[in-house]
Amino acid sequence: MLISISLLILFLPLLSFLILIFFGKKLPRQGDWLGTAILIICLGLAFYVLLNTGASDKFNAIYNWIDLKDAPGFGPVKINLGILIDNLSAIMLVVVCLISAAAHLFSTKYMEGDAKYNRYYAYLGIFTFSMLGIVLTDNLLMMYIFWELVGLTSYLLIGFWYENPGPQYASKKAFIVNRIGDVGFFTGIMIVYVFTKSFTFSEIFAAIEAGQLTGGWLTAAGILIFCGAIGKSAQFPLHVWLPDAMEGPTPVSALIHAATMVAAGVYLVTRTFPMMSASALTFIAYIGLITAFISATIAITQNDIKKVLAYSTVSQLGFMIMALGVGAYTAGFFHLVTHAAFKACLFLGAGSVIYGMHHEQDIRNMGGLKKKMRITYLTFLMATMALSGVPLTSGFLSKDSILAGTMAFAGLTGGFNYIIPILAFLSAGMTAFYMFRLVFLTFHGEPKNKEKFDHVKESPLPMTIPLIVLSVLSFFVFFSYNPIDANIGWFAKYVPAVQTVVPEAQRFDFQKGTTEHIVNAESPASETHGENPAAVEENHSAFTEAVHHAHYPAMGLSLFVAGMGILLAFAFYKWKKFSADAVAEKIKPLYTFSLNKWYFDEFYEGVIVKGLLMLTQAFRWFDNKVVDGVVNGAAYVTERSSSGTGKFDNSFVDGLVNLIGSVVMFFGLIFRKIQTGRIQTYLAYVLFGIILFYFIFRTM
Amino acid sequence: MHELKILGVGILSWITFLPVLGMIIVLMLPKEKEKTVKWTALGITLLQFVLCIVLWMNFDNTLAGINKIEGFQFIEKFTWIDVPGFAWTNRVVIEYFMAVDGLSMPMVLLTGFIGVIATISSFSINKSIKGYMALLLLLNTGMMGTFVSLDFFLFFVFWEIMLLPMYFLIGVWGGPRRIYAAIKFFLYTLFGSAFILIVMLALYFSSKDPTTGAHTFNVISLMDPANLLPGSLLAGSLTTARLLAYAALFIGFAIKVPIFPFHTWLPDAHVEAPTAISVILAGVLLKMGTYGMLRMSYGLFPEAMVYFGYALAVFGMINIIYGSLCAMAQKDFKKLIAYSSIAHMGYVVLGMSSLTTQGISGAIFQMFNHGTITAMLFLIVGVIYDRAHTRNVDEFGGLANKMPKYFGLVIIGFFASMGLPGLSGFISEALAFLGAFSVEPIRVITIISTLGIVLTAAYMLWTLQRMFFGTLPEKWSGLTDLTAREYFMLVPLAVVVIFLGVYPSPILNMMATSVNQLVDFVSKSTSLTIMGW
Repeated sequence: MLISISLLILFLPLLSFLILIFFGKKLPRQGDWLGTAILIICLGLAFYVLLNTGASDKFNAIYNWIDLKDAPGFGPVKINLGILIDNLSAIMLVVVCLISAAAHLFSTKYMEGDAKYNRYYAYLGIFTFSMLGIVLTDNLLMMYIFWELVGLTSYLLIGFWYENPGPQYASKKAFIVNRIGDVGFFTGIMIVYVFTKSFTFSEIFAAIEAGQLTGGWLTAAGILIFCGAIGKSAQFPLHVWLPDAMEGPTPVSALIHAATMVAAGVYLVTRTFPMMSASALTFIAYIGLITAFISATIAITQNDIKKVLAYSTVSQLGFMIMALGVGAYTAGFFHLVTHAAFKACLFLGAGSVIYGMHHEQDIRNMGGLKKKMRITYLTFLMATMALSGVPLTSGFLSKDSILAGTMAFAGLTGGFNYIIPILAFLSAGMTAFYMFRLVFLTFHGEPKNKEKFDHVKESPLPMTIPLIVLSVLSFFVFFSYNPIDANIGWFAKYVPAVQTVVPEAQRFDFQKGTTEHIVNAESPASETHGENPAAVEENHSAFTEAVHHAHYPAMGLSLFVAGMGILLAFAFYKWKKFSADAVAEKIKPLYTFSLNKWYFDEFYEGVIVKGLLMLTQAFRWFDNKVVDGVVNGAAYVTERSSSGTGKFDNSFVDGLVNLIGSVVMFFGLIFRKIQTGRIQTYLAYVLFGIILFYFIFRTM
Repeated sequence: MHELKILGVGILSWITFLPVLGMIIVLMLPKEKEKTVKWTALGITLLQFVLCIVLWMNFDNTLAGINKIEGFQFIEKFTWIDVPGFAWTNRVVIEYFMAVDGLSMPMVLLTGFIGVIATISSFSINKSIKGYMALLLLLNTGMMGTFVSLDFFLFFVFWEIMLLPMYFLIGVWGGPRRIYAAIKFFLYTLFGSAFILIVMLALYFSSKDPTTGAHTFNVISLMDPANLLPGSLLAGSLTTARLLAYAALFIGFAIKVPIFPFHTWLPDAHVEAPTAISVILAGVLLKMGTYGMLRMSYGLFPEAMVYFGYALAVFGMINIIYGSLCAMAQKDFKKLIAYSSIAHMGYVVLGMSSLTTQGISGAIFQMFNHGTITAMLFLIVGVIYDRAHTRNVDEFGGLANKMPKYFGLVIIGFFASMGLPGLSGFISEALAFLGAFSVEPIRVITIISTLGIVLTAAYMLWTLQRMFFGTLPEKWSGLTDLTAREYFMLVPLAVVVIFLGVYPSPILNMMATSVNQLVDFVSKSTSLTIMGW
């Protein structure tokens, strides 16, 4: 039953795509209502799935896709497609459908009148389909398939306004940068397949537990699969595509480049978490940390409202990845969910502002909007507080869990790893600062552009309803009834920590000795409901113990850094105690470094892209001059030598023939004299001959 | 045993020689009746395609073929030439031996399909259409015959038959440098044929057919080492002569694929050839090379194949990376696609070299998909060239809004070429990679080859951007969207590409048993430890 419903949820958006791409132009309002209605239905169904899936339930359906029969030296080659509904996918279903429905609804006004309106809605549909595929799959190959499809739709939507150069470059960049990560992802999948002969998560985990994939290959597989996440979730060093992706329509930024697609990388790591060795997890943690820190420093100086939000997204994704890396599994996934709601709210809010300001995106030209855009302002503020980690918000709960996780990890592993919580707290502080900077510059103070400001009015209902819904969801009550402790909320119970399946030797010390496994490979689709007590008990590992101890210090610290960040923002932009420009002038090198995004783009463009283009020219030259040169050279040599032999043939071989001819002719000339044609002469010859023969024979 | 006869003649002969019949009809038609000529040719190729479908319907997936005659289907086996031996010459027996198995069946289908598409595309030819269509049909026979022949001599005859019409089709109906391109193509391929001929004769004189007692060209008999005369040139295993023979055969086939460094005839031939001929060239002709390797090289010299397996994988890798990099540097749209075609044949070679079920299935499936996808890409080039009479990528821009329907099909073709999941190219590439990766010695080569995925995306998207996005130059404001005829050639290809991307089993099931048999046969007739396989 749940499987059928989930298939319905999966394929309805595809249906929306097919209808809209082929017949959209003929439908009233180009079919936007159809796409929106379908997504709202999907959302309802997704809630139904979530409510009927217990924390330890696993509903699985497998369909054979490719069957190459019994391969010699390998065994049966069966490649399956499968649907898996468990706690992770049930939650993600709701998240994706919710944000997608919000973006659909929001776009009915935001995109109204666009020349390619039906195509836009069709793309939204196929995006949602692909994203839901990632969520629902039970195996790596299918994950990769939908992963790439999501990449395609992202490409189409970033480049939606392909008439302009910005979207062209941004969409191409996004796809290619993602592909680089995907090559790693695919290589990781190949490693897993070669050793475990399966793509299915549960079978892979069982095989790893049975010792079929260990050592360096296991770590390599983990890191390479994570490469997919580096691309899609815009982690350092492949984060450069996401800020550029803001060239797409703003609801798309909210849906794809803030809430869902970019979270797919986090989801991937969550799914494959049990197979990550300690080395792989450390790698993941540091990548997440570096990303979170770098992008937070960049977000501080950006002036485009969407760019600030984009770098903030990169930074928050870094937090999630880092959380998973340090083993705070629940916290990482929790932050994915809370972040999806408030970040989508922020982006849609930004969309509302841009709509009101007639496509003005520079916050230096805004200001004072709170009087004119009441709803947008309040919802934006609510989401900002959640992102900054102000108490009573969902973001406070999830970010706090992550920070506690980093502290616990540092405490357990010690040494250099203390850098993780230090930089993480610093980044959290910067987050609060740049978000409130954004709020103050956009909504407070005096309007900088009087002319545009005069025309601003609050956006219509289809745009404000999604904002209200998403901002309300940023309250803590939806995740835990205790505003300061997420651990006792339903979410933490619903998504308990999972056990690793890697060999003892490749675990962190604190993971050792816990071999009971929650990831049950053989468990068939059980239609039982309710919570599994074993799953809850599992929480009491050394790590959860440490997290528990770190909880209050972490909360105190996080409140402190968030408070400091907000206070600084007030001081700079509200009370004007200091001038931001003066400070920027004082730390000019740092400021420009941040403003220019650490020069990543310049490096990639100048070194890698240029280098590649030069390389291709070199290959072209080589192909034309050397490889083809040899061919043409051979032809030339053949031709020359044939003309040589031709000459030889003419002068020597033929000459010889002619010589013979000449000799014959010479004698012919002589004999011609003899052949007179007169019978008397011939008779004389005959007579002469007879006399000659007579003398010859007589002597014998 | 499966047999299918129409009017007493086997279906494979029908499929192969129907185009010759068509050619005769076309030649008898009066010159002025251009329409009749076109529709006759199309009717014949359609009929041939229908017969291919009938063949497919009656094809039994569970039979293996490869080295056992019992596993072949629709067998037609007659003595063709039988010269009794006298004095110092032996009896010469050459058989008319045709049959299909899982290796050739996808190729037969592909040839039938591309034949129809190419004929539709040829409707725009307006220079002596009669001669053109006659040659096109003859070409079709040559290709089809190559895929169904199991007698090496017959195989070679068809292989050579194909050369002649191709030479004239490029040389007469081609672009400005058509003579150069045609001669280059002809001589290059002939050069390769010489190698094949030598190996064929060497095999012949080393063999002895158990039933007739004469030497034999029968490929199935030749695959059995017991049929090689003891002490003859090619008897034994891993001897220098056999390795040399394999290498010679490899060069002959590699030129056709084409494998670096024997590839330079291809861009020239493509650039000069009319669209339909490019479609055939990329769609079917190149596969004769890889098919020849699988059928002949693998079957006849299994141990040499393993011995050179690593080298083969390296060739595959070079094709992928080298082809992609060269493609990126091109400004001529058609040349770009030609190089990308070289790169994509690299996946076939890489998958083949692995000698695993996944790898070889991927390779054969990639041959099929390359046939449909690259055909689509060349048609796409043709569409814009017919309108603009230039192929310089930089001269275009903003075509997406000017020709939206064309753009939609371009998106499918380009992304299929990039190996996007949901489109057929992905599955074959993925299988080829999976197969190659599972073989430890070539694992690093496989990883390097995966870079091709990024490079392909880079040059394809760059082309897309330069030609279709941005603003339309003033001079192209008169361009029109697809005509009905262009729909008829592009849409079927797109449908196949999407269908097989979602549901690849029809083609994969067709070949699975045969591929397993091939892997089993090659790995059993040699010790795979030669190269640490």
